[in-house]
Amino acid sequence: MQRKTFNHLIAAAALASLPFGALAQAQTEISFFYPVAVGGPITKIIDEYATEFAKENPGVKVTPIYAGSYQDTIVKALTSNKAGNPPVTSVLLSTDMFTLIDEDAIVPIDNFVKTADDQAWLGSFYKAFMLNSQSGGKTWGVPFQRSTVVLYYNKELFKAAGLDPNKPPTTWAEMADAAKKLTVKDAAGKVTQYGLQIPSSGFPYWLFQGLAIQNGVAMANDNGNAVKFDDPAVIEALQYWIDLTKQGVHPSGIVEWGTTPKDFFEKKVAMMWTTTGNLTNVRTNAKFDFGVAMLPAGKKRGSPTGGGNFYIFKKATPAQQEAAFKFAKWMTQPERAAKWSMDTGYVAISEAAYNTAALKKYGADFPPALVARDQLPFALAEFSTHDNQRVTKALNDGLQAALTGTKTAAQAMKDAQAEADRLLRSYK
Amino acid sequence: MQARQAAHAYLLLLPAFVLLVAFTHYPAVASLIDSFYSTPKGARPAVWVGLDNYQQMVGDPVFWKAATNNLWFALATIPCSIGLALVMALWVNERIAGRGFLRMAYFTPTVLPMVAVANIWLFFYTPGYGLLEQITGWFGLPSQNWLGDQRTALGAVTVVAVWKEAGFFMIFYLAALQSLNPSLREAAAIEGASRWYFFRRVQWPLLMPTTLFVMVNAVINAVRMVDHIVVLTRGGPDNASTLLLFHLYEVGFRYWDTGYAAALTMVLLAVLATVALVQFFVLDRKVHYQ
Repeated sequence: MQRKTFNHLIAAAALASLPFGALAQAQTEISFFYPVAVGGPITKIIDEYATEFAKENPGVKVTPIYAGSYQDTIVKALTSNKAGNPPVTSVLLSTDMFTLIDEDAIVPIDNFVKTADDQAWLGSFYKAFMLNSQSGGKTWGVPFQRSTVVLYYNKELFKAAGLDPNKPPTTWAEMADAAKKLTVKDAAGKVTQYGLQIPSSGFPYWLFQGLAIQNGVAMANDNGNAVKFDDPAVIEALQYWIDLTKQGVHPSGIVEWGTTPKDFFEKKVAMMWTTTGNLTNVRTNAKFDFGVAMLPAGKKRGSPTGGGNFYIFKKATPAQQEAAFKFAKWMTQPERAAKWSMDTGYVAISEAAYNTAALKKYGADFPPALVARDQLPFALAEFSTHDNQRVTKALNDGLQAALTGTKTAAQAMKDAQAEADRLLRSYK
Repeated sequence: MQARQAAHAYLLLLPAFVLLVAFTHYPAVASLIDSFYSTPKGARPAVWVGLDNYQQMVGDPVFWKAATNNLWFALATIPCSIGLALVMALWVNERIAGRGFLRMAYFTPTVLPMVAVANIWLFFYTPGYGLLEQITGWFGLPSQNWLGDQRTALGAVTVVAVWKEAGFFMIFYLAALQSLNPSLREAAAIEGASRWYFFRRVQWPLLMPTTLFVMVNAVINAVRMVDHIVVLTRGGPDNASTLLLFHLYEVGFRYWDTGYAAALTMVLLAVLATVALVQFFVLDRKVHYQ
């Protein structure tokens, strides 16, 4: 209703200006679905960007629509796409790329890259983030709010356990060893403080992917139509995780993603794996000295990336698509990306952003903010395939079955592989 | 004259009729039709596949897991929440101190949104320092990861549902108890009937219409509640706490397999309709109306 009124007003204004011949520059409106995925006054920041962009680009109006979580947002975007009225642009998970392509909902970004400046801009992003944004030789998404998994540790508890608080574990063996030393039991033999916690509720695949990459396997291929769940190295990585729980240094059963930071604040756990997006949260709520480190290395270092990309929808008009492209480019300029990273804790998406004066100073004052960037050279694309949610679910179910002990690691991964093979048959 | 009256009546019914058709009957019929078609994907339009979607259901282990879970969930929540509601209603129907406060306390879970409730319970169940853990800790019991263990996850979400529903049903029982004729109680007292006898032979039979109503609601709720699953376990670990509606949501809005989701909807509808019809036509005969 409001938009209708608004359109009427625009129409009225246009009619009123007709006699003066000022209709040359018609207003282009871009609807922009944005998921609210982290805490803080995030909608206010986005609103400011939209206003600022409109000021610099008269004739274009960006209307941010806050659509809930990532999951809610893609539901709304795809539903409205089916109804023939999708948003012009939206930030959605980078892993939704194949789903969006299969639904024929988006257009490649390459369609709009025309000048040398555009080319340079597209080449400026970190390679690790582009892995999830390209398929079949085309770029489908523009990295915007991206993250990786990092290790947070409690420096005080490290000291108490006789560990060097400035030397976080760098290998699997060191992490297992540190976790053992950091596990505290009371007189009755009940664990009061665990050494390590890797969340396994909801989306265990993302954190497990870190372990798999460190053991030398990327579980999905670039075309998103084959997976390697039953690779011996993947089973070995899962066994490492299970062994940590069997040794009693990691809680048994499923560890809740949502309460993991709280466990860390309550000193129920000394080390945790979680997203860099939690950095500001931990900085605000941890009442002790904490450190942030890259994930430890198995055969090598590694972490998946995560987070959201800009997509441009196919059913928008060419003028709207051009304007959306301009907006995405404007949003990812180094200065703005730097500010965005400081405001939220997300990883800035280009080298140039880290070279800005503002972010350099921020990194010098608060070194943990740079850990995620330093880890990027080791990072791989977040697990993504065709029919992504179903294939991911097969992996999640397998991981949870193995972690709760109803299946062995080998059996769980074999079952997940069989299910994934069945699902991906038609995409070969 | 009669025709005019009929036209008048239909006009009055029209608004409700339009809403029902638009939001209940049309979607149900459309789902039935969709369930015989494949899921359209991008350039591939939907094609007639007959009963393929239903065949897929037979071979879908998650569906069977969800169905069994839902059966247990229903078998636990329906009698527990109704029994608890009745006990609570009988209690707060007596003249006791703090009755108003008690009634309010029992009704509070109903007023709270399910998502908020589930978030509160998430911290009750948290291993290590959650409320439950603190209580079991006093008795020296070992730590238990209620939501993260396949054996306890379904039970844990069931308890939340009972806690949430009992207060709502209590209100109906309380209203029914208040409308009972006080002379019945006096008569029973004169005859020297015990409280248990009075409840068994007088109150319980007179409450039957309410029980039937509450039971129909409880059955519907047993397949309708899904919010707490989303917050507490997301169906995990390894589908141990998946319910039918949650599975349906995942198929429809995570996997975008709308054809299969439509088939699941039809099965759910058929089951619900059957149960409701049995309740109305079989149980209704045994109900004593005043």
